[in-house]
Amino acid sequence: MSTETLTIGKALNLGLRKAMEDDAKVVLMGEDIGKLGGVFRITDGLQKDFGDDRVVDTPLAEAGILGTAVGLAMRGYRPVCEIQFDGFVFPAYNQIVTQVAKIHARSRGRLPMPIVIRIPFGGGIGAVEHHSESPEAYFAHTAGLKVVAVSTPPDAYWGIQQAIAHPDPIVFLEPKRRYWEKGQVDVDATPDPLFASRVVRGGDDVTVLAYGPMVKTALQAAQAAAEEGRSLEVIDLRTVSPLDLAPVFDSVRRTGRCVVVHEAPVTLGLGSEIAARVTEECFHSLEAPVLRVGGYDTPYPPSKLEEEYLPDLDRVLDAVDRSLGF
Amino acid sequence: MSTLSQTTEVVDPVPGAGAPHLPGQPDLVQLLTPEGERVEHPDYSLDVSDEELRQLYRDLALVRRWDVEATALQRQGELGIWASLLGQEAAQVGAGRALAADDMAFPTYREHGVAWTRGVDPLHVMSLFRGVDQGGWDPVATHFNLYTVVIGAQTLHATGYAMGLQRDGAESATLAFLGDGATSQGEVNEAMIWAATFSAPVAFFCQNNQYAISVPIERQSRVPLYQRAAGFGFPGVRVDGNDVLAVLAVTRAALAAAREGQGPTFIEAFTYRMGAHTTSDDPTRYRLASELEEWKLRDPIARLKAHLSRSGIADAGFFASVDAEGDELAARIRRGTLEMADPAGTEIFDHVYAEQTPELVRQREEFVAYHAGFEGEGH
Ligand SMILES: Cc1ncc(C[n+]2csc(CCOP(=O)(O)OP(=O)(O)O)c2C)c(N)n1
Ligand SMILES: [Mg+2]
Repeated sequence: MSTETLTIGKALNLGLRKAMEDDAKVVLMGEDIGKLGGVFRITDGLQKDFGDDRVVDTPLAEAGILGTAVGLAMRGYRPVCEIQFDGFVFPAYNQIVTQVAKIHARSRGRLPMPIVIRIPFGGGIGAVEHHSESPEAYFAHTAGLKVVAVSTPPDAYWGIQQAIAHPDPIVFLEPKRRYWEKGQVDVDATPDPLFASRVVRGGDDVTVLAYGPMVKTALQAAQAAAEEGRSLEVIDLRTVSPLDLAPVFDSVRRTGRCVVVHEAPVTLGLGSEIAARVTEECFHSLEAPVLRVGGYDTPYPPSKLEEEYLPDLDRVLDAVDRSLGF
Repeated sequence: MSTLSQTTEVVDPVPGAGAPHLPGQPDLVQLLTPEGERVEHPDYSLDVSDEELRQLYRDLALVRRWDVEATALQRQGELGIWASLLGQEAAQVGAGRALAADDMAFPTYREHGVAWTRGVDPLHVMSLFRGVDQGGWDPVATHFNLYTVVIGAQTLHATGYAMGLQRDGAESATLAFLGDGATSQGEVNEAMIWAATFSAPVAFFCQNNQYAISVPIERQSRVPLYQRAAGFGFPGVRVDGNDVLAVLAVTRAALAAAREGQGPTFIEAFTYRMGAHTTSDDPTRYRLASELEEWKLRDPIARLKAHLSRSGIADAGFFASVDAEGDELAARIRRGTLEMADPAGTEIFDHVYAEQTPELVRQREEFVAYHAGFEGEGH
């Protein structure tokens, strides 16, 4: 067994390296991913080792990155596209939604689209506009795309490799404010499947669901709740589309209460879909309505206000209290 | 119009222009050499009074002083980030001073020098980088649009605004700012197509500072950027972006042509980003120090200073007074930044719509009640 302590960022870097070693068809494309190693250094050193035809600094055009990825995929390549920040995926949105997502269906499977779209997402880094968005619902709402969000170094390490090896297009969301969080990665372990949620803390009173950057927040809330004698079960959804809700239903049938947490605005966010599904499946077990904690229905605020905008431990506990109060 | 036709005149290349990473510069419009010598150009003449020359120097020096102070404030943790304009002062001041009062400018996120010429309070610009505001100033009153971070988007807005001017029979034009990297964006190319098709009174002012973060211009274009304009059907011109006089002359001509109904012009201001892309960037990872050294020889402020002193237009007393004014400005910016109040949390709900929605009213009330619950807890 060889276990290393890695940050999420480094785990992604090593995962990308491994994927490139394993498959010569893997091509990385993005802005500033070469010499600079990406603005978050996720591709650090890869161009040096694999060459600039496998780690491609593209012209500054996201529609170009995704549109050419489609053509490369048609030729059997496995493009891994880095979008520099969440707010800059939109020039590529047309290609992703009207092309990448539909080509497999339209070609009746003759043209698989094994494209990975890596997006550092979410807030909490004190950035200027367009650097703190949570656009997952747009993609989850689009048939033909899969969407995952990692929250730990091992999931980052394995998840990026699994996503690259997967035959369908995947929007791979990286919790940018957690890039520097450390954890143990056993590179010889058998990883959990990519499209599976995971109970990360057992509990009896309320089920708390989160993904990406909010998993840590949910765990902090569970810790604080435990000190007050309340037992929260925390589930890391890991995959946003398809959702893996069987473990969620099992949990909610026991606790009778469910709180969903994400940074994205609550209206028509993932929490809305989950609330509907949990209500359908666990109606008779529910002691309280499914509650959602998320961003407000406003543009992402200037950074001095982001702490008030983003869900934190207190807002999760507030929702837990409200759930228990029903 | 003859002033906008491409010139074949060979002017002195700026020092270092023959270095391997830089293309030759036969078409560069220059009125002031890097050594500060005033030269003539067949297509672009410039009538400036001594007083105007001193004013231009003052603009350049003050804008740089502001920029240096902002970088220091960021280092001290008072700004989240700063996008420095170091090295691009002449491009920005020259372009900004070419604008008439009713012309409308559409900046990127780096045009602090243009903001200055439009009378935007530097503190309003600082508020964006301190993270207390997403807009900053009144774009209507200042005729200086809000900064646009999404690369290239503003070029379409500038074109549409120009189409509005055209419909209204207004004798004004717009100036769309963009970077070299931005020229690759589909939206920028659409803007140029629209501008050409509708003969919109817009000029595209591209600061080719040689890099889009780490990516050199060669990744964006195989031809000099100004030559692209020909493909869209309007004139393109490359100007020495470190020569405030040439930039002023070329931009004035482009705006005049636009106002006269001759449609768009593409201006490539050939310059160099002397600093990092932003304070978050580390340029040592992708460019050589020797390149920076070469460009230092073409400093936009030093050359105007040399010209002013050599020709006796300004004396040591003048330069000292500008320095003193710069220090005062920096002190005011520092004080104002440190004193900038954090916005009230409820502000995020207040201007989302022209007509507020019941749902946002509800969320706002919930927000207030939630935060009131913490009062007295030291939150
Ligand atoms: C659509 C979009 N993609 C990516 C970015 C991230 N980004 C910010 S500045 C920049 C480089 C811009 O280069 P250039 O147009 O040359 O302008 P400069 O910064 O050099 O002034 C990039 C890639 C962005 N802001 N918008
Ligand atoms: Mg540039």
